[in-house]
Amino acid sequence: MDLPTVWFVAIAVLWTGYFVLEGFDFGVGMLLPVLGRGREAEADRRVVINAIGPVWDGNEVWLITAIGAMFAAFPAWYAATLSGFYLPVLLIIVALIGRGVAFEYRGKVAPRSDSEAEIKAAARWRARWDAAIVFGSAAPAFVWGLLFANIVRGVELGPDGVVRSGLLDLLNPYALVGGLATLTLFVLHGAVFLALKTDGPVRRRARTAARTTAPVAAAALFAFLMWTQADHGSVATAVLAAGAVAALLSGTALLTRRREGWAFLATAVAVAATTAVLFVALFPAVLPSLLDPAFDLTVANASSAPYTLTILSVIGAVFLPLVVLYQSWSYWVFRRRVTRAHVS
Amino acid sequence: MDALDLARWQFGITTIYHFLFVPLTIGLSVVVASLQTAWHRTGRPEYLRATKFFGKLFLINFAMGVVTGIVQEFQFGMNWSSYSTFVGDVFGAPLALEALLAFFLESTFIGLWIFGWDRLPRRVHLATIWAAAIGSNLSAFFILAANAWMRHPVGFAVDPANGRAYLTDIVAVLTNPQALSTYVHVVSASFVVAGLFVVAVSAYKLLHRERTPHPDEPGMFRRTLRAGLMTTAVAGAVVALSGDHQAKLMAEYEPMKLASAEAIWDSEGAAGFSLFAIGDHEIGEVGVGRNIIDVEVPYVLSFLATGSPAGEVEGINDLQQRYSTQFGPGDYTPNIPVLYWSFRLMIGLGMAGVGVGVLGLWLTRRGALPQQRWMYRVAIVALPAALAANIFGWVLTEMGRQPWTVVGQLLTAASVSPGVSLAEVAFSLTVFTVLYGVLAVVEARLLLRYVKAGPGHVMPYPGEGEPESDRIPAFIY
Repeated sequence: MDLPTVWFVAIAVLWTGYFVLEGFDFGVGMLLPVLGRGREAEADRRVVINAIGPVWDGNEVWLITAIGAMFAAFPAWYAATLSGFYLPVLLIIVALIGRGVAFEYRGKVAPRSDSEAEIKAAARWRARWDAAIVFGSAAPAFVWGLLFANIVRGVELGPDGVVRSGLLDLLNPYALVGGLATLTLFVLHGAVFLALKTDGPVRRRARTAARTTAPVAAAALFAFLMWTQADHGSVATAVLAAGAVAALLSGTALLTRRREGWAFLATAVAVAATTAVLFVALFPAVLPSLLDPAFDLTVANASSAPYTLTILSVIGAVFLPLVVLYQSWSYWVFRRRVTRAHVS
Repeated sequence: MDALDLARWQFGITTIYHFLFVPLTIGLSVVVASLQTAWHRTGRPEYLRATKFFGKLFLINFAMGVVTGIVQEFQFGMNWSSYSTFVGDVFGAPLALEALLAFFLESTFIGLWIFGWDRLPRRVHLATIWAAAIGSNLSAFFILAANAWMRHPVGFAVDPANGRAYLTDIVAVLTNPQALSTYVHVVSASFVVAGLFVVAVSAYKLLHRERTPHPDEPGMFRRTLRAGLMTTAVAGAVVALSGDHQAKLMAEYEPMKLASAEAIWDSEGAAGFSLFAIGDHEIGEVGVGRNIIDVEVPYVLSFLATGSPAGEVEGINDLQQRYSTQFGPGDYTPNIPVLYWSFRLMIGLGMAGVGVGVLGLWLTRRGALPQQRWMYRVAIVALPAALAANIFGWVLTEMGRQPWTVVGQLLTAASVSPGVSLAEVAFSLTVFTVLYGVLAVVEARLLLRYVKAGPGHVMPYPGEGEPESDRIPAFIY
């Protein structure tokens, strides 16, 4: 494999890491009002948020690293994609800002006295941040699918490397199905994660949510992957797509049998395989042009020079395993299930 | 108004906003880690209480630093795609290194620190805050190396086939003299901010002693006040020394920036340091101007810039002429009034902040506390002064580079995204400004709320006769 191809794979790995790890963060965020309701709503919401509390920030860095790696290894890809998808990217950034602040700030205002006004003010404060968490999780979960579908499908990319697709061009049916697929897949992934990481009522409700979401997620993912296969497929994408759908279905089945660890592994495989389908379907282009294949940005014409890629390879080979190691350790430290007793 | 102007405003606003929180994160992470180390070493509960109290304030600020940083990672590609394509091969590398080496470290270990109080052995838990602090300080190095490259590009060549820069020497980029000097200057200035933050909070709590619910609090804040003053004074000395070094580098690599910051129109030896000047730079053709009023201290500028009181300092008019010959016709002068005044405000406000630190150390010697209430108020006001000095320093650095994004290589006008419309930039500029404005108010009010509530609110004092529990309650959302 030549260096640009190695870096294409490396960037695919970073995005896969991001979607597997933030996929359940987004799911958890979207499920917050669904799982934390009833008389003990506040306690249950804190259980939900604490399940990802120590790790969500580290998970998000996979995105920052993937974007940084695109900038370093394929500057033309980075520049064309972010300027070409201007408004959707803006929406994602705003969502991530709101969500990040919400996780940190929602619990920071407690009533200072027993007065009704103070209690109400604290409740209003939390309700606002909860809305930010739901929006901040749902918007990226949908828009990332929409964007990657458009990247695979191609955009109005001219010979100057400038994307001229309008917002309406990006909202084509294929991309909308892609957005729906990632949205529902992440809800399911998050529900399975919460079933694994919590106990008590939240765990029960998470299992129900997973069972309810599974048919929708399976249908959306199946439709999206079939469509991808029809337009951009190869033998490799067919195998990966079959693997993704099979993993999603078996994950749901395993959850019904209370094998939550295995179920989570299965939905993680479904997310990873779906990401792999998209990158394999894309290769060797990184951003195909709808106008003329000669205008395609490819692994070959968008990459940095060999010297830069060599440096990045050495540093990546040393530090990425180290990152995986200490992040795994942090998951190990917080391996216990979160319950109401932990948040009171 | 075109997309270029708005893109510049947007980058300025979002970056300044980011840098309101960043210095506090950089400095305060080390302060909190040191407080926890003091507790670990001595076992005195007041250090634990101080760790938790300042840790809470640190986290409120940390969140804003993280989310405002996300924007920056995307903004190069969104608004400055021509720039990104030109420099990506060189500029992308430090950015990728920053994420891989520093952001992962910082974000993972801050999570372990927040939630690990009752899960990790004490020694390991102490290591997590140090790892996060190292991550914060390391990320500053990589991003400053990337920024320094734009001001003094090294270790690269331009590919004649596609007209893009490519990296030839990563060591040269990471050991760029501008990068090393800027790093020392920015990090020490961050410690001044963090030191004055601790001073301001402690002074506020001491000023309102009568509202203190517990007799232990004045003792605790007396200690943190001293620690904050000490941090400010030591860091302030480093700021001054590195600032002097920065001026010499500026004279060497960015003479137009220095000339504009000093309103030196014509090259001269034995140049004085200007204290107050009003210039006229609209006369005649582009870049020919003069001062109407100029009050200066003789020889000082030449000495600062060259190390010799008679050293030659280049002037704006001469530089403009040289650049026009070198790069073709055009206006190569930055916004001179902005540079002139931000230079003075940076030095003035920064020195005022550090001065408060030194004065405070003298007033609190041998454990004494000043009795005059106004002294506490001055200590509190020193914090916004230091924050403003940081901002003015960056305005000077960045606007002094205009009209270039990469000095001598790429003009700002040639850096914007050709495919992005005025309406799109106007929309994102509005969204970020409004969102940031709201969040700033929320953060400030939250910080004030926690400062007022005091350390007892974060870690309750044990009741009368009740032994202090060994089990430490975890931070939870």
